[in-house]
Amino acid sequence: MKRFAELFNLLDQTTSTKSKVTLLKDYFALVDDKDRMWAMALLSHRRPKRTIKTALLREWAAELSNLPLWLFEESYHIVGDLAETIALVLPAATHKKEEPLTYWIDLIKNLKDKEEVEKKEAILNAWSGLDAKERFIFNKLITGGFRVGVSQKLMTKALSQYTEIEEKSLTHRLMGNWSPDDTTFEELILNENPLDDISKPYPFYLAYAFDLTFEELGNVSEWQVERKWDGIRGQLIVRKENIFIWSRGEELVTDKFPEYKILTELLPDGTVIDGEILPFKDDKPLSFNILQTRIGRKNITKKILETAPVILMAYDLLELDGKDLRETPLYERRKLLEKLIAKVDHPVLKISPIVSGDSWSAFEKEREKSRSLDTEGLMLKRKESSYQSGRKKGDWWKWKVDPLTIDAVMLYAQRGHGRRSNLYTDYTFAVWDGDNLVPFTKAYSGLTDKEFAEVTKFVNKNTKEKFGPVRSVKAELVFEIAFEGISKSSRHKSGVALRFPRIKRWRKDKPVEEANTLKDLTDLLQNYQL
Amino acid sequence: MALLQLTKNGLYCEQADVYIDPWRKVDRALITHGHADHSRWGHKAYLCTHSAKPVIRHRLGAKMKIQSIEFGQKMNMNGVSFSFHPAGHIVGSAQIRVEYKGEVWVASGDYKTEYDGISEAFELVKCNTYITESTFGLPVYKWQPQKEVFEDIHNWWRQNQRDGKVTILTAYSLGKAQRIIANLDPEVGPIFTHGAVEDINEIIREQGFYLPPTTRVNKTQKKGDFKNGIVITPASGLGTAWVKKFEPKSVGAASGWMAVRGARRRRSVDRGFVLSDHVDWESLNAVIEGTGAEQVLVTHGYSDIYSKYLREKGLKSQVLETQFEGEQQEEEEVEEIIGENEKKEKE
Ligand SMILES: [Zn+2]
Ligand SMILES: [Zn+2]
Repeated sequence: MKRFAELFNLLDQTTSTKSKVTLLKDYFALVDDKDRMWAMALLSHRRPKRTIKTALLREWAAELSNLPLWLFEESYHIVGDLAETIALVLPAATHKKEEPLTYWIDLIKNLKDKEEVEKKEAILNAWSGLDAKERFIFNKLITGGFRVGVSQKLMTKALSQYTEIEEKSLTHRLMGNWSPDDTTFEELILNENPLDDISKPYPFYLAYAFDLTFEELGNVSEWQVERKWDGIRGQLIVRKENIFIWSRGEELVTDKFPEYKILTELLPDGTVIDGEILPFKDDKPLSFNILQTRIGRKNITKKILETAPVILMAYDLLELDGKDLRETPLYERRKLLEKLIAKVDHPVLKISPIVSGDSWSAFEKEREKSRSLDTEGLMLKRKESSYQSGRKKGDWWKWKVDPLTIDAVMLYAQRGHGRRSNLYTDYTFAVWDGDNLVPFTKAYSGLTDKEFAEVTKFVNKNTKEKFGPVRSVKAELVFEIAFEGISKSSRHKSGVALRFPRIKRWRKDKPVEEANTLKDLTDLLQNYQL
Repeated sequence: MALLQLTKNGLYCEQADVYIDPWRKVDRALITHGHADHSRWGHKAYLCTHSAKPVIRHRLGAKMKIQSIEFGQKMNMNGVSFSFHPAGHIVGSAQIRVEYKGEVWVASGDYKTEYDGISEAFELVKCNTYITESTFGLPVYKWQPQKEVFEDIHNWWRQNQRDGKVTILTAYSLGKAQRIIANLDPEVGPIFTHGAVEDINEIIREQGFYLPPTTRVNKTQKKGDFKNGIVITPASGLGTAWVKKFEPKSVGAASGWMAVRGARRRRSVDRGFVLSDHVDWESLNAVIEGTGAEQVLVTHGYSDIYSKYLREKGLKSQVLETQFEGEQQEEEEVEEIIGENEKKEKE
């Protein structure tokens, strides 16, 4: 555990990718197969099954630290991370227990069917034998979320340096549904023919936001242009009479979308399609919110299937008849995809249409239409491009519509987390409805530290009421709020819900009376409702 | 009538007609220490400790009327006895003891209990009412002994030397910077300073405090001149072209906020060292207990939370809504921004 805690600490201290790779490689070389597998799993967001409720952890930590629970909770609110809060408040260790990472993971796993008293004894005992850094790791083993700036790619690179196996094949081997519980380092990584895991997806090719000039893109005829659909990017795999749906977050979501099941019979063995999981009804997309509520559900009921049915809007063909097509140029993959979809001919599988235009200015006009077509903008893809892995510049660009904006009045402010816990960084905004201000959204990011400090000064001098960490303030400051979409909402007083709201800038030039109105918002809703 | 009470100008002793660290212009101000949020510009008369005076003079300019007093020396104003006692926060920083008809109040300003190698060591003062800061008044803030922190800093510095990097450590220019310099081992390598830091160093040395030799960064030095060196600068120095000549560099920050991982990450420095000139959770509680105070008034920081905690422990306690610059003024960067703004106002 000491080694892993040390690795984590060092990774946390550096922003250099190169040093991170070296640190990981050195760690891989130092530990045994089991610890190495667990480290790989943890850094790619796989963790042992949770065997203890976090509510209990909080209680026990408060008790062992001799703190009232409310004070622990306040501390947690300010630190923002449960594992860290516990590690920080606990008294110093009473003894020293040095065991490998896997030992602690097994300890946690073995608590599964134990009585609460036994669980408590085991956890308190563990805490008392670990130093603050090790405790943090131990707690993270339970709560999950080892965010330490190690991407899958970075880890693969380090692993490749350590094993001397080509990065690309490792990327493939590391994807999918593995756990150190049911495979070994040798099976997963070292075996020449890795597990015949038919579910394995290809790494997604992700586009950067378009930030070039048209001249830099070159001739318009070299580009394939499509709409950017507003759903969840997904990969559909049919192999050996099985179907798998992967979301971009590398989650296997097959069960959430039974609509696709039928494609198992319709698509040939060895087919992989990249597309957008899109709620779609009566020939047009539905609001993204609908999809979100659907993902949150445990069971997919008949009602959901009726009110929020999905289709796959296909973008690309990565595998056909078991053959990896990723090195084939896009224009050829597109032809194969068109042919395949025509042959399948089922409403659940559509092809993302090509937007035609003979000049960049024509495409600019097409982009303007995005909102009325319920899309996020355009995708520009070089016809010659291969299907690359990860986020790459050059061949694929996303060209989103400009955000919608509205000038709003700050009504409430809440303290931030961590270093900013003494600053008010989270605000609630309102628009005018006659003489009343109606709150309609929260927004966090977008200001500089200096501006946050300035707003905090204002909040302290103009607080009207306090509700826990939230304060209501004098209506005086106006901010421009940018957002990607707007939809009707009965849960909000204002009747609208915004998508990705953030502060664009502080309108110091605007008197509070000149902020926008509820009518302006509902007009936007009429025009741009998703 | 309470011995000290809060008015719109600040903490006020009516019996003696004098303020402690007032934030609006007043006739007579007792000043705990030279930080911008405690010693404001524009009062008619100031009183602080002898060793706090030179810095306050430097910050406020030659025109201000500043008198000073020895630590521990009693002074009577209309029957009220005042004395200044070391707060251990920065050089010259004091807790101000106020006694009237047998009742004792102590306004602590900012303080820490660990001796830092340069500031006069904190003195525990018995009292009936203690006014405490709570900048780090949460159980997540616990400091290591500074010896260990400086070991970490030196190790990092040596590692940077091996990597051919210049070491840059950010610290608030009054207080933290001198504390760091006083504890650096000049045998490891040369110590360089930002002008804002060196200005204070000169004043402190003139007072007779020892600081190892430092070199002010100036325009004539070139890239290679900083080899193996450590540069001490306020965080505001990082945002400017000034840092270019230290490339390749490794940047660290020394602050109590660095105890929390989110803070370190948001600060996007290479290394965060947990080093504060304020009390941590455990010392804070020990001090409150040690003073024997039956009433505790809590100011800037996590004042609502800490005051509630004390009440649950059976003490009389409430938040003292010092307006200073709000609760956040101990956020060091903010302190600096305020300091800069004040300077502009003066000019
Ligand atoms: Zn201070
Ligand atoms: Zn202060």
